[in-house]
Amino acid sequence: MDNLYRDFILEHYREPHNKGVLDPHDLHFADSNPTCGDEMSMTLLLDEGRQHVADVAFDGRGCAISQASASILTDELRGKSLDELRGIDPKEVVENLGVPIGPARLKCALLSYKVLQGAVIGAEARWPDEADVLAGGSAP
Amino acid sequence: MAIEHLLPQVFDGSALRADFPVFDRPHRSGRPLCFLDSAASAPKPRAVIEAISDSYGHHYANVHRGIYELSEDATARFESARTSLARFIGAPSAREVVFVRNATEAINLVAYSWGRTNVAAGDLILSTEMEHHANLVPWQQLAADTGAALEFVAITDDGRLDLDDLGRRLARRPKLVAIGQVSNSLGTINPVAEITRLAHDAGALVILDAAQSVPHMPVSVTELGVDFLALSGHKMLGPSGIGALWAHRELLEAMPPFMTGGSMISKVALDGTTWAEVPLKFEAGTPAIAEAAGLAAAIGYLEGIGMENVRAHERFLFERAWDTLGAIDGVRLLGPASPDEHAAVVSFVIDGVHPHDVATIFDGHGVAVRAGHHCAQPVMARYDLPATTRASFYVYNDVDDIERLADAIHATQRLFRSA
Repeated sequence: MDNLYRDFILEHYREPHNKGVLDPHDLHFADSNPTCGDEMSMTLLLDEGRQHVADVAFDGRGCAISQASASILTDELRGKSLDELRGIDPKEVVENLGVPIGPARLKCALLSYKVLQGAVIGAEARWPDEADVLAGGSAP
Repeated sequence: MAIEHLLPQVFDGSALRADFPVFDRPHRSGRPLCFLDSAASAPKPRAVIEAISDSYGHHYANVHRGIYELSEDATARFESARTSLARFIGAPSAREVVFVRNATEAINLVAYSWGRTNVAAGDLILSTEMEHHANLVPWQQLAADTGAALEFVAITDDGRLDLDDLGRRLARRPKLVAIGQVSNSLGTINPVAEITRLAHDAGALVILDAAQSVPHMPVSVTELGVDFLALSGHKMLGPSGIGALWAHRELLEAMPPFMTGGSMISKVALDGTTWAEVPLKFEAGTPAIAEAAGLAAAIGYLEGIGMENVRAHERFLFERAWDTLGAIDGVRLLGPASPDEHAAVVSFVIDGVHPHDVATIFDGHGVAVRAGHHCAQPVMARYDLPATTRASFYVYNDVDDIERLADAIHATQRLFRSA
């Protein structure tokens, strides 16, 4: 199971990208992982047309999986349109971690995705269906 | 490490693992299972599994109904389980034991039946900051529904109930005091007899969440003096799906039913119904029949060891675990240090590593622990922690488990320091 903690994940955990709070920002949302109570927030700044992401940051404390997931996800958001953010496939968010994620840690891996969707729709988003995200056998 | 002050070990926990088939199960780590999550739910000894199978295979029919040998046999065994449980918790009468699904349901039964009848706007319900959500959320709901106030006794920095704070709040004469005997998140053993005496002096009834105590130490409702007690079978080596509420008979008789339907009636007419006598008044529908047989077998297994011995064994393991983990740099322990006030539930934090990561890495070493808020989020908030890692011990644990726990902590620290 130590392969879940490859250097790649631990580097993101120790030195996460895009960590902090943007001020000013256009979109903001905070949400939590019910299994551990970890809270994560995300702030997004939009470009002048208010349709594309100019900058993004996440904040909050959490496990290595949730922090690495947020670090990796936020790296990919600049320049994307709001429609593209809505269309992000949660399965890809999990796969981008590059390590096997089982059902017990799925919410850790998807908290950043859920917070992002919350920021885009301005309300709490649903957790993706576990069966959809784990389909294809990424579970260890 | 100072060994001299430790109690002698009373029995070999590792030898008992042969009684529990789950320890034969291969773990993906390639190592034997080191199970340190009994506070969540306990593995089952073969005696319990066989009692359930025997119930279904040889003694199964619905209870309290059939006028035939098999049903009479099933009923006698079901009622015998009730008698066993009454004896196990020092209850004066088996008629005071109500079978429910688990401690959560037992507490809800009291909150709905007794609470909605006896608590009104302006009344005070007193609980503690230490409670499992099962002994907290039902009282929030009762307060919201009735307009009663709900307050919580504070906990000290070292995880004990603040008895001065309790005294101040009791002076406002609450209707009910809802406390746990052993905290599932901190391991604290609360002075229930003393608290109950103080609560009674203030005119309050006491409901005891004994889910974490009845499996691990001698518990007598008579000696403690409480008014209600809730327990779960699955934490005491018994099956899931069965637990119990104990209460004084006069209380149960004065309470309205919680759930209604079959079995709990005396006479039903289209224009009205009368209730069965206690405890059946609170057991609507077909109960957990085979589970009752399993619970009786679990009680038999524990009585075979002796609850004084179970407590002494766990006290020994607690002291050893507390000393071993406390000696590791970067590990913080929660709860009282005294083994008199701390059950064999050790909640800890490894600096710089989130408990979820800890549990995942431990699992890679075949060590099963609980990581999270332990259904006690206010406790986590009290210590400004998102979560903790919790190792909880039972009869089949031994010093080898503590060694593997310590090894897993060292491995986790090495992994998070490397790269």
